[in-house]
Amino acid sequence: MRPVVVAGAGMIPFERRDEDSLVGMMAVAGLNAMDDAGLGDRAVDAVYVGNMASGLFNHQVSVASALVDRLSLMPAAADRIENGPASGGSAIKNGFLAVASGYADIVLVVGGEKMREVIGPKATDIVAAMTHPSAEYIYGVTLPALAGLFTRLYMEKYGVTREHLTMVAIKNQENGLLNPYAHIRMKITMEGVLTHPQAHINSPIVADPLHLYDCCPVSDGAAAVLLTTEEIAKELNKPIVTIDGVGQATDTHTLQERSDPTDLKAVTVASERAFSMAGLKPKDVDVAELHDAFTILEIAESEHAGFFPKGEGAKALEAGETRIGGKLPINPSGGLKARGHPVGATGVAQAVELVWQLRGEAGDRQVKKATTGFSLNFGGFGNNVLAFVLRRKS
Amino acid sequence: MEVSRHWRLKKQRYALQGEVCPHCSVKIFPPRDICPDCGLDARTPFQFSGRGEVYSFTTVRDAPEGHSEQVPYTVALVRLEEGPLVTAQLTDLDQQDVEIGLPVEMVTRKLRSDGERGMLVYGYKFRPLLRPAA
Repeated sequence: MRPVVVAGAGMIPFERRDEDSLVGMMAVAGLNAMDDAGLGDRAVDAVYVGNMASGLFNHQVSVASALVDRLSLMPAAADRIENGPASGGSAIKNGFLAVASGYADIVLVVGGEKMREVIGPKATDIVAAMTHPSAEYIYGVTLPALAGLFTRLYMEKYGVTREHLTMVAIKNQENGLLNPYAHIRMKITMEGVLTHPQAHINSPIVADPLHLYDCCPVSDGAAAVLLTTEEIAKELNKPIVTIDGVGQATDTHTLQERSDPTDLKAVTVASERAFSMAGLKPKDVDVAELHDAFTILEIAESEHAGFFPKGEGAKALEAGETRIGGKLPINPSGGLKARGHPVGATGVAQAVELVWQLRGEAGDRQVKKATTGFSLNFGGFGNNVLAFVLRRKS
Repeated sequence: MEVSRHWRLKKQRYALQGEVCPHCSVKIFPPRDICPDCGLDARTPFQFSGRGEVYSFTTVRDAPEGHSEQVPYTVALVRLEEGPLVTAQLTDLDQQDVEIGLPVEMVTRKLRSDGERGMLVYGYKFRPLLRPAA
């Protein structure tokens, strides 16, 4: 396999974007990544689009063809990759394989989702459609409900408290304040979310024990990366950030069929596979972007990915180890919690943040001396997970 | 959703019928025709008793389209007597507090209605186990 370089990274601010179409958002993100790479008049060989549900949110399918046309990249190959909330990660994996195998020299990967075109209960329903149709969905099971069932078990088993969950929210919203691309840009406090007499109004229950501030927002947005070979990257004269490890693993479709529902096996295996390909260990990572769709997931993933032993993630969080400036900053971008979670865009936005961090271009939220980054894109409720290791070459 | 989609699930949804693996005896729910444990063909129907206990639970207050009338509703993982976990709503709770380990039994209830003129969908829910008066 040839080494694969991320030569360009770009996105648009995640928020409610009533004036933009899905393809329009993805086009701007794609242009930003191509401009960042300084691609000039070099031709893009292939485009991979990560998107979960344009057919349901926007009544539009074949969005990869639409995007290539919008960007005038014909006759580039184009595919839409659908893998639930891990669609963005899967699109990057496909782009990686295309460059690594020699199938393509220049690949544009764009992730996008436009969720706010439908009302809230409809969006919740569309997202819930990834659950098992006859064993979960029909009973009113939502993604927050699965996360609520998981959170209660995790709290019982490992002593995680609502204070710990709130610490994740506070940390990631503080980081989001430093990120001009973040959807939620608001400081919150333990008092306002948890102890104030009005706390139940500020942060009402979504699916207990999870409250509003434990859940990511519903966002519109797009993000893109430009992948290419080392030879072309050197011509482009950009800092060399390579994708050294890609890991993917699956687990049972339903939560109910796992022998231990608190064990996120796909996170463990995907992370091990990514580290193994990169020839690195979790302790080598300087900065991580995890899939905190719910606060509990940042804690659980930080353990299952191998950064902390099981049951120790909340302690590391409490000790400040996962803040910017801590031993292992997690989600300096604000994570899904603050940056937002336009489903298909998220895996790509994580890669964009890592590229900025590893190049030293992350501004006020820059993690010092970051040369190795890790990202985790969590599909379904942990039934299809992708992990990536990115490195800055000196 | 289409009528056929509900019709083909009637045994699973109205009678809590799953499967048992003829090779390794594992009880399977929902039915999947392939044993998740040994990977062999498993199409033998198995009737669950419908009794079990609450393994985890959550009260949903932010409902998807189609379930807004029920808010708030409690979704649980129920450990069936025969082994498998099943995901379902709890019902007939009145003022009763739910806790892990609460004994429950299956009942048939309305799951959702697709609008005023749409289909009514019925299926299993679980209620606290009724005990004979002392």
